[in-house]
Amino acid sequence: MTTLLQVSGLTKRFGGLTAVREAGFTVAAGEVTGLLGPNGSGKTTMMNLISGNLKPDAGTVRLVGKDITGRRPHLIARGGIARTFQLVRVINDMTARENVVAGLAFRDRPLWGQAAANEADRLLERVGLGGRAEAQAAELTYVDQKRLELARALALSPRLLLLDEWLAGLNASELDGGIALIRSLSQEGVTVLMVEHVMSAIRQLCERCVVMNAGAIVAEGETTAVMSDPAVIAAYLGEEDD
Amino acid sequence: MTARPALVIAAGAAVFAALALVPFVADGYGMSLAIAIANYAILATAWALFSGPTRYISLATVAFFGVGAYTVAVLGEVLPWPIVVLAAAVNGTLLAFVVGLSTLRLAGIYFVIFSFGLTELIRQVVTWYEVKVTNTVGRYVFLDTDQSMIYWQLLGLAAILYLTGYLIGRSRLGFALRVIGGDETVARHVGIDTTRAKLMLFVLSALFMTLTGAIMAPRWTYIDPAIAFNPQISFQTVIMALLGGVQRLWGPLLGVIPLTLLFDWLNANFPNHYLLILGIVFMLIVYLLPQGVAGAIGKLSRSRTKPEPETDRKAHSAEARP
Amino acid sequence: MFTNAFLSGLTMGGTYALVAMGLTLQYGVSRIMNLAYGEFVIAACFAALILFTSMGISPLLALLVVAPAGFAVSWLIYRILLTPLVRRAPNRGALEVDSILATFGMLFIVQGIMLALFGGDYSSYSYFNTPVELLGTTIAANRLIVLAVALAVALAAWSFLMHTRSGTAMRAVAVDPVAAGLVAIDVRWAAAAAFALGGAIAATGGVLVSMFLTFNANIGVVFTMKALIVVIMGGVGNIAGALAAGLILGLAESFVATYVDPGLTIAVTYAIFLAVLLLRPNGLFGARAR
Repeated sequence: MTTLLQVSGLTKRFGGLTAVREAGFTVAAGEVTGLLGPNGSGKTTMMNLISGNLKPDAGTVRLVGKDITGRRPHLIARGGIARTFQLVRVINDMTARENVVAGLAFRDRPLWGQAAANEADRLLERVGLGGRAEAQAAELTYVDQKRLELARALALSPRLLLLDEWLAGLNASELDGGIALIRSLSQEGVTVLMVEHVMSAIRQLCERCVVMNAGAIVAEGETTAVMSDPAVIAAYLGEEDD
Repeated sequence: MTARPALVIAAGAAVFAALALVPFVADGYGMSLAIAIANYAILATAWALFSGPTRYISLATVAFFGVGAYTVAVLGEVLPWPIVVLAAAVNGTLLAFVVGLSTLRLAGIYFVIFSFGLTELIRQVVTWYEVKVTNTVGRYVFLDTDQSMIYWQLLGLAAILYLTGYLIGRSRLGFALRVIGGDETVARHVGIDTTRAKLMLFVLSALFMTLTGAIMAPRWTYIDPAIAFNPQISFQTVIMALLGGVQRLWGPLLGVIPLTLLFDWLNANFPNHYLLILGIVFMLIVYLLPQGVAGAIGKLSRSRTKPEPETDRKAHSAEARP
Repeated sequence: MFTNAFLSGLTMGGTYALVAMGLTLQYGVSRIMNLAYGEFVIAACFAALILFTSMGISPLLALLVVAPAGFAVSWLIYRILLTPLVRRAPNRGALEVDSILATFGMLFIVQGIMLALFGGDYSSYSYFNTPVELLGTTIAANRLIVLAVALAVALAAWSFLMHTRSGTAMRAVAVDPVAAGLVAIDVRWAAAAAFALGGAIAATGGVLVSMFLTFNANIGVVFTMKALIVVIMGGVGNIAGALAAGLILGLAESFVATYVDPGLTIAVTYAIFLAVLLLRPNGLFGARAR
């Protein structure tokens, strides 16, 4: 098992508030890792620190041993970390295909022109949007916009895929489809770090979990072990697990 | 939209070739109108090249235009014309680089105000320099040129601008700018160096404005800082580009032609109410045509082909965006 | 020479501060970046001029008419012209761009009306131009009045915002219009009232500076730019910041004119402004409204 992502001593302060406090954990290559914690525990800040959207005040982020701390986000994206957003973000006035081409055209080995269009259509097919390539992103339903965002992230051919509550707001059948999609991506070898509140999805998908509370990491390990950790239950899982 | 490039370029070349014949048929008044239209066509199109996709409203058009004009006023009689134009281009590019590097991280409104203040600063510094150091208020520009030469140069510059704009629109850079205009955060996270892309377009746009000022300078014979850096030029550029529509390359032209003719007519017939009517025209544009003429045409043709469903999800996702 | 430069800087700074306080209310609370602001100042100058020369009404009495008129006109402009923009704007950024463009058109309209009525010539009159001995130098009494009124308006506006219900509502709207609406504050009313109050301050400033300024229909933009500089230096929506920044700007100009070169005062103004924008975009004192 090789370590893909290594976070250590990561700290981020906003004025007087410390959103992330000396956090450290690892993500193993090929695994799906869950990042859990109650609202406001610093999960999204962590995602923003890893993807370069925020600069940490202290600590390091390493991708396959290479220090990428505080790099500008476009360099981190080209370096192999793709992400989706907590509130879905697609380019409304572009077609679905163009949205995915955005992920292909500026990556480390860029695609453009017909090659990009073909690859975009393949990725749309992959996430279940085959046939919707010409649709305006704004006209897609909520779940389809989430799929489109995922296709755009996959277009970067990332080593690490960050999913920020990608399953949130889906109905029961959409949720099953979403879980199956993430699992199949994982089986193809994509490494995933996912912030998620949906416990059933975490049980089904995540080999390992990292739990945050008040900006600090309170537990890290195999999902079943973490789920039964009394500290975790006390901090968070007890009242939300149903 | 997906017309073949060779076809588009050939059609464009034919139009410009026809326009090149104007000096052989037009009288003096016709030529001065043609020059005014060509002048604003370049300024407004160059303005939209940067401001259309990025949605940064720049009021600094005349800062670059004036730098071009002043370079000619200072060097025009000592150096051969191509070198003078080159010097103007270098000045404009350098200024645009410095300004772009320092300002493109400012949020919308601060950029607007900065670009406005920049023009005034340059004008004041040039005025002070001329009065204190060179002991002049203005300068005479006596160059061996005539209306036709100026028109042909503007036309050539316009042709280069349209070709550049067309190629950028089809390139990864143009696509990157559309992504930036749509959502800058997303743009960064798909690997777009947003600062570099914006800076390149800003400098390119400024370069065309500077060259326009350089070509136009000999028309005035006499220039001083108040003429070369007249903020009304920036304002009219913005009005024309917005009226035409900034989302398409040919959009600004749709604003330039009617407004140049209108302003000319107003100036001739209502010199005392010129500003008042200018203001009313501007407000009407802002209220009635927020997307410009090109946007209105685009919306019309789109709604004719397929009605847009207004789903709850759409409203939801638009609202959820911070 | 120093006291002279200091006093004239202080009185000039008082003018800047007074004029800027109206703009900081308009932009800070109503979110309207009013590029026509200076034209309203100049319109008040003309109003004071007419009242004085044709009816012999003292500018200080004229304030009682012109300031409420400024309030009423601004209120109407907000309700009739700007409310549609506020309604159609999907977010704050779009409103700022739309309001810049709309008030930019308004700038030309107001300026065009003044040009049509008064022509482009410079006008002035003299009122209360009595020299006063102060700190070993002389200064015109009307300039001291402006400084005093600036301080009084700042104090009044600040106490209004801090200690009254309406003022508190305006501060809440400045910070977060959506949240303010959720706690039953009438956001539209507060925004319109702040815009109108800003207009009243602009009118007050105009009447007062008309006592010593030579003005014409074209110079409104000078006031807009100076006010903008002061607003941004002081922090958007920050009354005390506007007062301090206005005084600083006036002093800086006065000292540059005295010790460096009078031809460079405006250049220095803009240089300070651009430097503040680049280095401290939230203002020298931080923004209270944001």
